Amino acid sequence: MNPEGYLVLSAILFAIGVAGFLLRRNAIIVFMSIELMLNATNLSFVAFANYHGNLDGLIAAFFVMVVAAAEVVVGLAIIVAVYRARRSASVDDANLMKF
Amino acid sequence: MINVLEIAAPTLEWGLLSPLLVILGGACLGVLIEAVAPREMRYVLQSALAALAVVVAFGLTTLNWIQATPQLAAVDLLALDGPTYVFWALLLISGLAAVALFAERALGGGQSAFASSAATVPGSPLEREADALHREHTEIFPLLLFSLFGMMIFASANDSLTVFVAVEIFSLPLYLLTGMARRRRLLSQEAALKYFLLGSLASAIMLYGISLLYGFAGGFKFAAIDQAITAGAGSMPLLLTGMLLTSVGLLFKIGAVPFHIWTPDVYMGAPSPVTAFMAVATKTAAVAALLRVFYVALGGLQWNWQLLFAVVAVATMLLGSTMALAQNDIKRLLAYSAIAHAGFILVGVVGAVAAGEGVNLPSVAAIAFYLFTYGIATFGAFSVITMLRRAGGEANSLEAWKGLGRSNPVIATLMTLFMLSFAGIPLTAGFVGKLAVFESAWVGGYGWLVLVAVVMSVIAAFFYLKVVVAMWFQDADEESVGTVETPSLWTWSVLVVSAVATLVLGLIPGGVLTLLTDAAQFIR
Repeated sequence: MNPEGYLVLSAILFAIGVAGFLLRRNAIIVFMSIELMLNATNLSFVAFANYHGNLDGLIAAFFVMVVAAAEVVVGLAIIVAVYRARRSASVDDANLMKF
Repeated sequence: MINVLEIAAPTLEWGLLSPLLVILGGACLGVLIEAVAPREMRYVLQSALAALAVVVAFGLTTLNWIQATPQLAAVDLLALDGPTYVFWALLLISGLAAVALFAERALGGGQSAFASSAATVPGSPLEREADALHREHTEIFPLLLFSLFGMMIFASANDSLTVFVAVEIFSLPLYLLTGMARRRRLLSQEAALKYFLLGSLASAIMLYGISLLYGFAGGFKFAAIDQAITAGAGSMPLLLTGMLLTSVGLLFKIGAVPFHIWTPDVYMGAPSPVTAFMAVATKTAAVAALLRVFYVALGGLQWNWQLLFAVVAVATMLLGSTMALAQNDIKRLLAYSAIAHAGFILVGVVGAVAAGEGVNLPSVAAIAFYLFTYGIATFGAFSVITMLRRAGGEANSLEAWKGLGRSNPVIATLMTLFMLSFAGIPLTAGFVGKLAVFESAWVGGYGWLVLVAVVMSVIAAFFYLKVVVAMWFQDADEESVGTVETPSLWTWSVLVVSAVATLVLGLIPGGVLTLLTDAAQFIR
């Protein structure tokens, strides 16, 4: 199988994730962009696994999913704590420290 | 086609993995203590358990270092060779120092540096209630152990997927610890948010790089990647992009330019004990992983990444040293100093002098020694920072340090010693460390980089001397002066041991350098 199409799709998804991280201002959406990047990577893992005909990439996808889940737990806890203290989840408002 | 799955039960080398298991077991036991032990007993139990786990793991590491032959373990996922034992020992030493600083409760009116209840909103009645009840988070100790566990895996990983998982294991507890300061909680939470978002971004980019390397080599093992590079088959753009993206995550954790933006904010916002741990242990683990990834897996691309790292090193040293000059907050100043030190470490990495016959000082040994000297000075400096206080917490502004030499000459002398070691003044450990990494780059054929690095270390000396001048040659300002509080034995021991080690390593570094040189050979 030619993985090219899947890889291009994965790169596009990853780029959308990076763009979302850079452009969006709500911490939750920024965090969702990171999840999108992880899932884009999963797609490329699976495509490469199929191309190479081994299972390593498929297993990697499972690891990434578990790690992403753990990240959600920690990340949302931090975002919620910040939101409760400031009544805002905008990353622009987190500006007490500069340079 | 995917082959039919054959499952063979993996064998684990329990004895060799015992340091990891002790740390993980200690962390899990700590979580259990949180669940069953009564509140007033937790602090004693948790701090004793954490200290015990780290000490036992250190003993087992030394035992394995002496006895075991270097080999791959845990289904070849971990490489237990000389560098691994060296970096494990460094990590465990910094872990023990961190336990000591975490357990300090004599400063600031008998309270730890951590929030009484991190879940409460800063300034709310609930927070005041938790403060009044003298609540405290003893979860910090299991979090520290989990983080240490991840760092140890990170330093020994022989497989790129393990590298990614280890990064997350050690980062997630650190994100939480960053947000748990008792004082200036808004800053602390902001630091946690920034650290978390940027850290996750860097990990995600690194993961994409790992997937491209997998696409190139067809496997995650470093040996497989190395073989694929040597064979010369496969797509070169895939390999180079994969290498670049993987280096992003590693350079982020080291704090190298252009991935350094998080460092000052996080160092400033995090509780000082966490900052000290982060500054030393994260850097040690990340440098260990960087060395293994680039020397073992991507060693065939040496001509490509040497120049890349040389450029990054120059930018890092330049930015760290010059930005530090403008800082007025001691923790921010040390953050930029940490960035500059990352640059000096990268100078050693660029050298890439492999261990072998006739090699005086392999790069790995030089870098490990540098990390050791940097680590002890950092822990020393941060224990002084936790001691200098004023109403409402630590006095971190440089104004507060004025006149310290007259009011408390002992502490001022110790701080001066650590600053001189950072600056690399002869007779301190930092000087030998700098010499070692410069030699690595020189022998590796990067003379121009050594010249640049020497100039940079002169610039860097300025801002360390700024602290020294403030302490000894400026008069105290009544309004902003801080007072030195007397800590418990925990902080005192860290302070005294770091001061002694800084002097001893500066005067007689030979023994440690020989030890590190003998253990500088990576296995594949």
